[in-house]
Amino acid sequence: MSQQQAIEAALREAFNPVFLSIENESHMHNVPAGSESHFKVQLVAEAFSGKRLVQQHQLVYGALGEIMQQIHALALHTWAPDQWQGDQAPASPQCLGGSKVG
Amino acid sequence: MDTIETIKQQISENTIILYMKGSPNAPQCGFSQRASQAIMACGQRFAYVDILSNPEIRSELPKYANWPTFPQLWVKGELIGGCDIITEMHTKGELKPLLDEASS
Repeated sequence: MSQQQAIEAALREAFNPVFLSIENESHMHNVPAGSESHFKVQLVAEAFSGKRLVQQHQLVYGALGEIMQQIHALALHTWAPDQWQGDQAPASPQCLGGSKVG
Repeated sequence: MDTIETIKQQISENTIILYMKGSPNAPQCGFSQRASQAIMACGQRFAYVDILSNPEIRSELPKYANWPTFPQLWVKGELIGGCDIITEMHTKGELKPLLDEASS
């Protein structure tokens, strides 16, 4: 299973999402072609209702567990269903070469 | 002092502290750059720790914080979030009031 498939499976299992989008953004970074190092997730789920953003993201990190150790970056955009107005996540930042220095 | 004690001391002694890759003037990661620029735009003094030159903190803070990635913004001893949350709060105009209130 690819990392992207593993992320999708874990999030679908944990959240039964209203909306889920996963993009591999590794091509924007200083990694070999075909890498699965940098991802962007947009997730709308009932579990986020009434929770602060920091708590929403902690739920996602908890659901991904070990997967977080295997990827370098996860841009994360979460909404409760009643806060979501379609795809509105901003573009992720470009690489500054960070993985080369650590 | 062990690393967790160092972290606790840093977040208790610095009202606003950003754990990041590189420094605000020379960030080493696009996520850290975006986060530090949003915080700098709010105009309050803040502390930062370069986790690339502090490998013990890089390794221990994610466990202490229950937050696996960097950057991490802490205000008054509480984790506010990473790049995406900092950026979203800044866009919505929520970051500056939070930092202003914390610094007052």
